[in-house]
Amino acid sequence: MAEETKKFMYINRKAPYGTIYAWEALEVVLIGAAFEQDVSVAFMDDGVYQLAKGQDTSGIGMKNFSPTYAALGDFEITKIYVEKESLEERGLTLDDLQHLVWEDEDEDWAEKDSIRLVSRAELGDVLAGQDVLFNF
Amino acid sequence: MKLTIQVNEGPYQHQSADSAYYFAKAALEKGHEIYRIFFYHDGVNNGTRLTTPPQDDRNIVARWSELAEQHDLDMVLCVAAAQRRGIVDDGEAERNGKDATNIAPGFRISGLGQLIEGGVQSDRLVVFGD
Repeated sequence: MAEETKKFMYINRKAPYGTIYAWEALEVVLIGAAFEQDVSVAFMDDGVYQLAKGQDTSGIGMKNFSPTYAALGDFEITKIYVEKESLEERGLTLDDLQHLVWEDEDEDWAEKDSIRLVSRAELGDVLAGQDVLFNF
Repeated sequence: MKLTIQVNEGPYQHQSADSAYYFAKAALEKGHEIYRIFFYHDGVNNGTRLTTPPQDDRNIVARWSELAEQHDLDMVLCVAAAQRRGIVDDGEAERNGKDATNIAPGFRISGLGQLIEGGVQSDRLVVFGD
């Protein structure tokens, strides 16, 4: 392994069900967490539905994997960007999403919000600052 | 430049499988190094040797195998994605009690860590898919 740390971003653009992209993307994020890179995750377009609260998949015979997002903080994934316009276009607000947090060991395990609500332009700047983009 | 290529879509269903191949071929012709080609989602279907396209169509799987042989490429199918979609090598057949294998020459099955490592080790990660 190279010693350098790269800025890795995982971009989620698809609805959680209907295709397998969201679930298999989450598998990549969880595996990637072991590699000690500077990781962030972004949700845009229909991808914002992946974080929606109260998902119930009982009618479609699919595993509800949405609780896994709440574990991202335990994997030291603390930067989760959600695109504001994507929420607005779908009639959603932050209150419709899971409240994702992480614990800051440098501040006596203080609980902090993981989700950063950013505009499309701001997200563009964040993307431009990354070394590796995984696009799902 | 050192490249890792990620292929997320299946052959014939989606042009990504073709675009990734032409990109890889052109990159090699221009003297770039391909560190790894990683197949994910339905992209793992690029690696079944049982593919039998009509005779007047391109053989996407054989084309990958030939490119790998010519350039000694590391072509990896994600194990979790491959298991879901029934792409099997000797090791997987034994582990999971399957009665056949179908992996094409030049491909191997390994974990998602190989994709992440490709991102770490390469100058660019190039993703083909929707």
